[in-house]
Amino acid sequence: MGELEVEKHAQYILSVEKRKDDFESVVMEHLRMNGAYWGLTTLDLLGKLETVDKDEIVSWVMSCQHESGGFGGNVGHDPHILYTLSAVQVLALLDKLDVLDIDKLANYIASLQNEDGSFSGDMWGEVDTRFSYIAICCLSLLHRIDKINVEKAVNYVVSCKNLDGGFGSIPGGESHAGQIFCCVGALAITGSLHHVDKDLLGWWLCERQVKSGGLNGRPEKLPDVCYSWWVLSSLIMIDRVHWINKEKVARFILDCQDKENGGISDRPDDAVDVFHTYFGVAVSDNDFSDSCTPLEGIHCMAMVDPKPPVLFYIVMELDFHFLNIRD
Amino acid sequence: MHGRPRKPQKPVDDASIAKAAKLRVLQAQFFQNHHDKIYAKEALEISAKLLETNPEAYTAWNYRKLAVEHNLRSETDPDAIKAVLDEELRVVESALRRNFKCYGAWHHRKWVLNKGYSSVDHEFRLLDQFQKADSRNFHAWSYRRFVAALKNMSEEEELKYTTDMIETNFSNYSAWHNRSVLLSHLLKQKIEGFTPREKVLTEEYELVHQALFTDPDDQSGWFYHFWLLDQTVTPGAPVLVSSWPAHGSDLFVSFKGNLDGGVSSSFTSFCSDKGAFPLIIYFNQSVGGINSSTVTVKHLFDKNEDLIWVPLATNNSGNAQAWVTFLRFPDVKDDSLKAYPVEVKVGHSQCAFTVSLRSIDSKHGEGGSDMEMIVWKDDSFHASEPLLLSPPVVSLDQATTNKEPEQIDSRWHEETLANEIALFQELLSEINCKIGKLTLARLLRAHDKMIYKMPFADEKTHSKEVLDLFSDLMKLDPSHSRYYKDEHSLVLMEQVVSNRESLLTYCWKYGEAHPSYLCNPICLRLSKLSLSRIGSFENLLWVQMLDLSHNELWSIEGLEAMQLLSCLNLSNNKLRSFTALEPLKLLKSLKVLNISYNEIGAHSIDTSRYLFSSPLSHTVGDDWNIDAYVTDGVKMNYWEAAVIFKGLYLTQLDVVGNAIVDEKFNLFLTHILPSLVWLDGDRVY
Repeated sequence: MGELEVEKHAQYILSVEKRKDDFESVVMEHLRMNGAYWGLTTLDLLGKLETVDKDEIVSWVMSCQHESGGFGGNVGHDPHILYTLSAVQVLALLDKLDVLDIDKLANYIASLQNEDGSFSGDMWGEVDTRFSYIAICCLSLLHRIDKINVEKAVNYVVSCKNLDGGFGSIPGGESHAGQIFCCVGALAITGSLHHVDKDLLGWWLCERQVKSGGLNGRPEKLPDVCYSWWVLSSLIMIDRVHWINKEKVARFILDCQDKENGGISDRPDDAVDVFHTYFGVAVSDNDFSDSCTPLEGIHCMAMVDPKPPVLFYIVMELDFHFLNIRD
Repeated sequence: MHGRPRKPQKPVDDASIAKAAKLRVLQAQFFQNHHDKIYAKEALEISAKLLETNPEAYTAWNYRKLAVEHNLRSETDPDAIKAVLDEELRVVESALRRNFKCYGAWHHRKWVLNKGYSSVDHEFRLLDQFQKADSRNFHAWSYRRFVAALKNMSEEEELKYTTDMIETNFSNYSAWHNRSVLLSHLLKQKIEGFTPREKVLTEEYELVHQALFTDPDDQSGWFYHFWLLDQTVTPGAPVLVSSWPAHGSDLFVSFKGNLDGGVSSSFTSFCSDKGAFPLIIYFNQSVGGINSSTVTVKHLFDKNEDLIWVPLATNNSGNAQAWVTFLRFPDVKDDSLKAYPVEVKVGHSQCAFTVSLRSIDSKHGEGGSDMEMIVWKDDSFHASEPLLLSPPVVSLDQATTNKEPEQIDSRWHEETLANEIALFQELLSEINCKIGKLTLARLLRAHDKMIYKMPFADEKTHSKEVLDLFSDLMKLDPSHSRYYKDEHSLVLMEQVVSNRESLLTYCWKYGEAHPSYLCNPICLRLSKLSLSRIGSFENLLWVQMLDLSHNELWSIEGLEAMQLLSCLNLSNNKLRSFTALEPLKLLKSLKVLNISYNEIGAHSIDTSRYLFSSPLSHTVGDDWNIDAYVTDGVKMNYWEAAVIFKGLYLTQLDVVGNAIVDEKFNLFLTHILPSLVWLDGDRVY
């Protein structure tokens, strides 16, 4: 898309990485692992990954790992499933999964599965379908999904299905595009999408597109760039993405750019941040063009095969399998 | 990160640097205490200060739990314990005031409440405050459910709460959502005061009408109304809606060759060289557990073995709307055309038909006649002559004899739908509301499906009105035009195939010389109808030859039920990938397939990838033999095509006009389809 300010956004990401000392950055230190994933993936999508020091990043990532095998959000922070996934994704992105003791990590994740099939975020027991998705995704990336009870995991996700076709964080929880992405993603990876009423959910999801063209996360809420990801990806997984107007979504995202300083915000004229820059770039770069430039290495699979790289998690997992089959 | 206005970048000033430095110091102190496992009062205060500033610092919540456990280790005085826990609640509250969407804070609160020393009533008061600030806060709603469970509050009380919330503000999707969950439980369990079901639903309709008429543009009420409609029309137990052979039909089965003459023009003739014919049963919803103990098939054929029923689904869930089994018939030596009665019973449904067997000398011989190429041109077809038998159009009364217990309520269903229709027709005469139109379209469709049960009903269907509504919607709400188009296509199909006279106008006789397996040369021609989707398969089970060319199909979902299909034309559509053709792999009778001039290989995004049963998914119990797709020079590039074609015995295939097609691909096709005689109109050697 011609109007995506590639250079500006790349500069913005790199500048955020350096700007460690202002209040905003300090307050977000606990999720630096997530930030690394968002930032690095965006750079990669923009073709700028080679500008970073890979060894330094790998070293920092590994320093966040605990005895248990799980990763914290930053050095010294407690382990949690959220940051464990981001760590694995960053290492996969940099093609450095070999530095991991994969079984140890897989055991950590497996240990978080509960009797009813759900997953806790950490030893303190918060349950959420986000964690179901993270566990399934992470383990499938590492080819260790047999370490968990997949059937129970799927059943738990299905128990969070609502009467409007969507999914919530726990049984009875209101449908929300983010949770829907996680649940549909979990079901997609485990080949269980027959549990989804595609027409019902597809309609609920396509109704997230509001007059301005942007997508919201649930009825009567404001549109937000990050929902472009959650909603579009979910629609793609259930083959109903043609029910929204993609051009209008693209337009909305482009309007959320800060064309002077780089970065993308949640909605036009709001403050930018790495989180929304990632989602905006990912969706813009790949969702709207049917033609794609071939890339090297593992991302070649990503471009040629299941799209979009927006579904980075699932795509990466499938890439590994492709490589295995070819051999 | 959300909802903060964009400000011009200011250079970082001293005050900001100082603020950041202060936080740094606080964090450093905290982490020191955490790693050294120091849980004394001063240390606790540091963590409290940190959480007040930054409630998202999740490690601090963990620390506080550790501190509580440590400090209460040897504490037995309940007042002391409560004091410690109350302090935790105070910290959570101050954190929530800073950010009432903080996961860590809410979870910490739950953790404290689970210890059992805290006042649940206080929690409700807190929740009321949060709901006032933001009635859509799903953390608060979720926490409310948690607290209500702790207090053992009845679902009726919680229902009353949703009523209060809705009456305060109709635009509260969260409240409507909760209401639907609670009501579902109450109705299902038939709690006193919530029966009869019809009375409760009627009251709900009245409630939601208030919301819809107050602000028709607010979506919240409309979604709830959609749920109510679903509760109104969805039957309880699954019901058999059609079968092949159809109820009341007389099937002519011939084997070992071609039928000719009058009988072959009938809709109910079938050729088999396998000594068996298929029996297909089609339900109104997906069902499981169909086997020889749940379905009884009474017939007078000699063979009396247990029938094996197979679900017709592309997934491996074991559930499907359509199921098939094969009935073996005995070798018949004479031309007596004896009619064997067959009765099928499943649940409360049953159907009955007769089967006449006829053996024909193979005058036309094998080999040669099987090589005839089907030509899908207009001049290959001519209008079907007055036929001996009319097409088996489904009407529930004929297809089955159902004795559902819920039939007595069908009058309420019909009246309710009629009321709703009248109401919205009136509303829409005054305002132009997109979601109102969609609702009216859904109501009319539901009503049609209901009256359709009565044979030869006087009431005409509303198909035209519904089609017009969807056409309006495509203009009124262009962002969603493709959704409306898909719905429009489904309704168009209903209109075309559900009516006897209409269906006949789409039936044509294939006049050219044709292969022996096509003993019934009646083709259902549904080309050039701008169909983007297909449906109404319960009415199409009898079809052996189907022309869907020159439409806009992006999906053929559901086609797997049409087990009799031997010739299928899908050319000139919008099919984007082989994964979208998965239903074909279940069409074991398919011999002639035309998928030319589609978009296979033209898109880098395969949107049916995740719906396709593939060796790449981690399905439980899947046993894929990967080697089956790698040997014999089959390129992995075409593995989706391999999955579809392996196991089909196609004699004729057209693929030209798809981006994926090249010499390599065609070579692959001849490998994977050894039975292929014609490829893109050329003989295969």
